[in-house]
Amino acid sequence: MDLSSQLLQLLFSGLTLGSIYSLIALALVTTYNITGVLNLAQGEFMALGALLAASLYAAGLPLAAAFLVSVALIALLGGLVERAVINPARESSSLTLIIITVGLSIFLRGLALLVWGTDPVSLPAFSAGNPLQIGGAAINLQTLWVLGLTFVIVTGLYVFFELTYSGKAVRACVINRTAALLVGINPGTMSLLAFAGSGAIGAAAGIFIAPITLATYDMGFMLGVKGFVAAAIGGMHNIGGAVLGGFILGILEVYSAGLVSSGLKDAVALVVLLAMLMLRPEGLLGTIGRKV
Amino acid sequence: MKKNIALWIILILVFTAIPLFIKSNYLLGVLIVIGLYTIIVIGLGILMGYAGQMSLGHAAFFGMGGYTVAVLTTTYQWPTVPALIASLILPGLVAAIIGGPTLKLKELYLALATLAFGILVHILFNELKGVTGGPSGMSGIPYLSVGGLVFDRDIKFYYLVWATVLLVSLGVNNLINSRMGRALKAVRESEHASETSGIDTAGLKLQAFIFSAVLAGLAGGLYAYYVTFISPSPFGFHTSIQFVLMAVLGGLGTFWGPLLGAGLVVALGEVLRWAVPLVIPGAGGEYQIIFFGLILMLVMIIKPEGLGAVMNLFSKPSVEEVK
Amino acid sequence: MLLEISGLNKHFGGVTAVKDISFSVGEGEIFALIGPNGAGKTTVFNLITGMLEPDTGSMVFMGKPLQGMKTHRIAAMGLTRTFQNLQLFGNMSVLDNVMAGAHLKGKTGFLKSIARWPGSAAENKRIEKEALKLLAEVGLEGQAGLPAAALPFGQQRLLEIARSMASNPRLVLLDEPAAGLNSAETKTLAVYLKQLREQGKSMVLVEHDMDTVMEVADRIMVLNFGEALAEGTPEAIQANPKVIKAYLGEDDQVA
Repeated sequence: MDLSSQLLQLLFSGLTLGSIYSLIALALVTTYNITGVLNLAQGEFMALGALLAASLYAAGLPLAAAFLVSVALIALLGGLVERAVINPARESSSLTLIIITVGLSIFLRGLALLVWGTDPVSLPAFSAGNPLQIGGAAINLQTLWVLGLTFVIVTGLYVFFELTYSGKAVRACVINRTAALLVGINPGTMSLLAFAGSGAIGAAAGIFIAPITLATYDMGFMLGVKGFVAAAIGGMHNIGGAVLGGFILGILEVYSAGLVSSGLKDAVALVVLLAMLMLRPEGLLGTIGRKV
Repeated sequence: MKKNIALWIILILVFTAIPLFIKSNYLLGVLIVIGLYTIIVIGLGILMGYAGQMSLGHAAFFGMGGYTVAVLTTTYQWPTVPALIASLILPGLVAAIIGGPTLKLKELYLALATLAFGILVHILFNELKGVTGGPSGMSGIPYLSVGGLVFDRDIKFYYLVWATVLLVSLGVNNLINSRMGRALKAVRESEHASETSGIDTAGLKLQAFIFSAVLAGLAGGLYAYYVTFISPSPFGFHTSIQFVLMAVLGGLGTFWGPLLGAGLVVALGEVLRWAVPLVIPGAGGEYQIIFFGLILMLVMIIKPEGLGAVMNLFSKPSVEEVK
Repeated sequence: MLLEISGLNKHFGGVTAVKDISFSVGEGEIFALIGPNGAGKTTVFNLITGMLEPDTGSMVFMGKPLQGMKTHRIAAMGLTRTFQNLQLFGNMSVLDNVMAGAHLKGKTGFLKSIARWPGSAAENKRIEKEALKLLAEVGLEGQAGLPAAALPFGQQRLLEIARSMASNPRLVLLDEPAAGLNSAETKTLAVYLKQLREQGKSMVLVEHDMDTVMEVADRIMVLNFGEALAEGTPEAIQANPKVIKAYLGEDDQVA
């Protein structure tokens, strides 16, 4: 493979990785903007979604049904989490809430370990076929599915927030909670929907990437961390930033993996995060973009 | 603290007597670990409870202390006491370097930065195989010897660790009741008002951060001399969160908090490890993880004044009514 | 002149908070800044104490420029403040609040505090004695052991002023000290401010209670929309037609 094909190949890998990180970051940022909580357990929704779908499929359900059931159940879990854990603590400081979501992520990870053990489980690729050849580089068909999902979710969220009444209600809530209350919008419901939604997005993302990366009980942790990094790069304040951050991180990681050992690859994300926080904590899109 | 002197003396007597009655090395080992964690949580308590700053990555400093001792005594054949001193200095230096820019960050971002730092250091422990021996770690750490005294048995180590806990507690007690202690509390209450009272809040936060790193490093060095073997696994994110739980559960900003928190969390872990297989045959470590997460959530939701606040009921308020 | 402000400008985005403000404050003088809410008064305080950076202008205190200095260094120079929304150390005792305010009067650092270095206990005793004296001046010595948050609001205001005096400053910026006080408390406050002036302290007072302002101020500057409208003695200000039209014609602000 010549150099340009190699670079293109890396770019495709970076895009794959990037879209995964984008989905996590996007769910994180949306939840954060609606509820003020940075949900460090977001990665666990991905893990649980993937594991659950894998089990359902192994039990005989068709892939599409396994997908839908899993997404629905994890959305339910998200809602449950919001009612049982987040809502009681809504008066607490943001720091306390962070620690609570850390506890939640540990709890969920333990549950996953209990139910599925340490062995990885797999899902089949959604479409059979050889990788596409573009410009001398190969792009996995599943990657196209992941990119497609990212596109659909981003578009869907955009439509929701810009064009529907409920979406605008949510944005109103973010901008001014008290005023929103006065106009009849219920922040509690908003919070519930945000968590259920992020559960659904997380599960969907996990299921879509499982054919590529396999699913294990602890896949959520580092994915979650990298999701924060992506969100921090983008600036925590809008979806566009989250997506941008995700792709930047994915591509950075892939290109630097060639330079450092694979074990240190994870360190790249962390160094990037530390650099961002020290140099530009408001993120690349920072205060320029508007919220949600 | 005059009323508490009786309590202190009783406790010192109890702690001194324990090894004479408890013959089980296993239990002594648990108590040693509680002592080491208490040292770390005392430092973390100063950072979180007094200076009001969060650290989700403190296991990194704990690990740095341990690895400093390991590397210096095995790879470089240093004598044990200077290596122990180095295990305090290295984490302190690192804290001094990263503390400056990090502590300027607001709550959320500070938490994320310390989280990232902790994970990064853990990855480095695993990956810098040439220095740290990688995931398999380093063994053959010599016993700590001070003068002619060699700490080669659990009972000796027990006294060493708890004597250290006592010294550190005394020092911190002095700190709390001093000008700097007041300044720390003030910073936690209101940074703006502290600044206008002439308190260098940024400098003070950094000092608290360095102090907490030094204590964690000391505990790490002692840990290395105790186990005589070191690997990356005790120094990950999970441990950092445990320290936070110990600090909060025990009660931030209280004197007895660190001891209570460390003791409770370790005891809880041991109880779970023993009790769970009885109730659910064949069960393994998953339950510990599940319970740990559950307890962390419950403590933070139900309101984290912690147990140390309860202990305060037993002592007189520190400021007496005047005139 | 103790404090000299000249050509101070600050804007936030499109909003001009402070425009071309100049004034000076002398020794043992009470200088009042009055004006409607949003006129920029607290912004001026934030600029002087280093909590905000001015766009342009100079601020000189005792001959030294304040610009770019951190708040705690400015306090060390002898310039402290109180806050409009009260920033007490609520969970600390009343006495500790004042002792913390006297931080600059001590020297024992972190390490020496841990070791209980000789001299530190004596230093602590000395600071405690002086703090108690300050509390006595505002009538709070009986509440020294109480948590600051437990005090009634009027006493909390006095405590914050006492704390701001603890470092023995030359100049104190008082941000609406009478806000939320009843008439008896306001009178006590006025007496205390005049007492402080006797002791040689200078003060810049932001206040809405016109009776208090007219009673204690030596000179007054009126701000409106970030700009200076007028400056002069209380009598001159009361007679100034521009001021009457823009501000004094309306009722006093009720906190």
